[in-house]
Amino acid sequence: MKKQIAIIFIFISVGVCIFSCSSNGNHQAESAADISPLPEDTETFRDMSVFHLPAKWQTQEGDHITLSEFKGSVLVTVMIYTACKAACPRLVADMKDIQKKISDDTSIPVKYLLISIDPETDTAERLKEFSIENDMAQSQWIFLRSTEENTREFANVLAVRYAEISPIDFSHSNIISVFDKDGVMQHQMEGLAVNNEETVSVIKRLAGNIN
Amino acid sequence: MKQAIKILTVLMCCITQQTFAQVAETALVKGGTFVPQYGVSEEKSIRIADFVMDTAPVTHAQYLQFVQEYPQWKKSKVRRLFADGSYLKNWSGDSLPPKELLHAPVTHISWYAAKACCECMGKRLPTTNEWEYAAMASDKKRDARKDSLYNANIMAAYETRQTYLKNTGNGTPNYWGIYDLNELVWEWTSDFNAVMLSGENRDNNDKNLFCGAGSLNATDLMNYTAFLRYAFRNSIKANYNIASLGFRCVK
Repeated sequence: MKKQIAIIFIFISVGVCIFSCSSNGNHQAESAADISPLPEDTETFRDMSVFHLPAKWQTQEGDHITLSEFKGSVLVTVMIYTACKAACPRLVADMKDIQKKISDDTSIPVKYLLISIDPETDTAERLKEFSIENDMAQSQWIFLRSTEENTREFANVLAVRYAEISPIDFSHSNIISVFDKDGVMQHQMEGLAVNNEETVSVIKRLAGNIN
Repeated sequence: MKQAIKILTVLMCCITQQTFAQVAETALVKGGTFVPQYGVSEEKSIRIADFVMDTAPVTHAQYLQFVQEYPQWKKSKVRRLFADGSYLKNWSGDSLPPKELLHAPVTHISWYAAKACCECMGKRLPTTNEWEYAAMASDKKRDARKDSLYNANIMAAYETRQTYLKNTGNGTPNYWGIYDLNELVWEWTSDFNAVMLSGENRDNNDKNLFCGAGSLNATDLMNYTAFLRYAFRNSIKANYNIASLGFRCVK
């Protein structure tokens, strides 16, 4: 009898347990299916590489890409929004000034990434227009947009702070960042129209151009 | 005897699972309008939609379950891009959180890790505005920011040392039924990097560093505790892992 009671008791306990943990159980089952080998298992990227970021981005041409597709290029990045009237035109000018000082035939290609912090307004079409208006239609200029979350995540990698002040106005830090061909940040230039000599020499070194 | 052990094991299982269920409880925060300390031009109030918030910060026990399910977030596996060398600093191994802190908030957690953990549970990190909105409630009022006792209590909590060693859910719940917003740890928010203050508040208008920063001044200079939180958020980076910084999720 004692034995039976004990067995019944176990049965009930297990029942209660399954019931109380059922949501947990489901969660576990789902996540087990989700875990597939991560891309970095097959291709060893350096630990600090931005190529680990899984986010999908849309270019001004409408293509969907991940940052890892830039592996092998030196990246010069800045966060902007095209409706900006104050600092962004100067930031864009700073980028163009840097680009002018770097030769087009470095042994490692250099790409210039302009990432929108206002993906809602900055559609692929808008970014394309902006690139043409600003004479940045050549292939080394890449404009990117993504979800608000992915944008926030990338801003965190760059330690760029930004906030929406009104539907068309943002406040943001003015930082140009340089990544090596493995996606590891090597240099940051903060402020507007600052002397870019050091930034340019870092890019030249990373791109294998000693001129 | 064997059976007794069996029963005990089964019972233990239920107890731990139920504690789990208890700490993962959530509460509805009814939306409304409020004027946050920073982040809006002039004294414009902003609208917060209804959201459901965890009633307590995520604990070591819950985080352990997360790293077991998602091994890329284990202490030895995490990418340096996502967490600096202090990640889970007080764990003695990948599956070994400090035993005495199982039901205390998990800390030494980066923003990326906190975000991933929430996402894996089908949730997300609260925005700073959501967090502040929920935290401005006392046990009786939705907005107690003008209440001197409310502010004094938060100050007292901030002044208490090593509150991150305490178990969650032991204090008094606020108006929404939420615990520990100010009592145990600082908490990550999804857009902690949204408000810009340079290191010195006199430099707040430095337009060369921040475009448009001039319009981001504090709305309520009397709310000192909020000022401390914004200053703290402003001082951290997403891959930092700090002993007094944890997180909770919302839906």
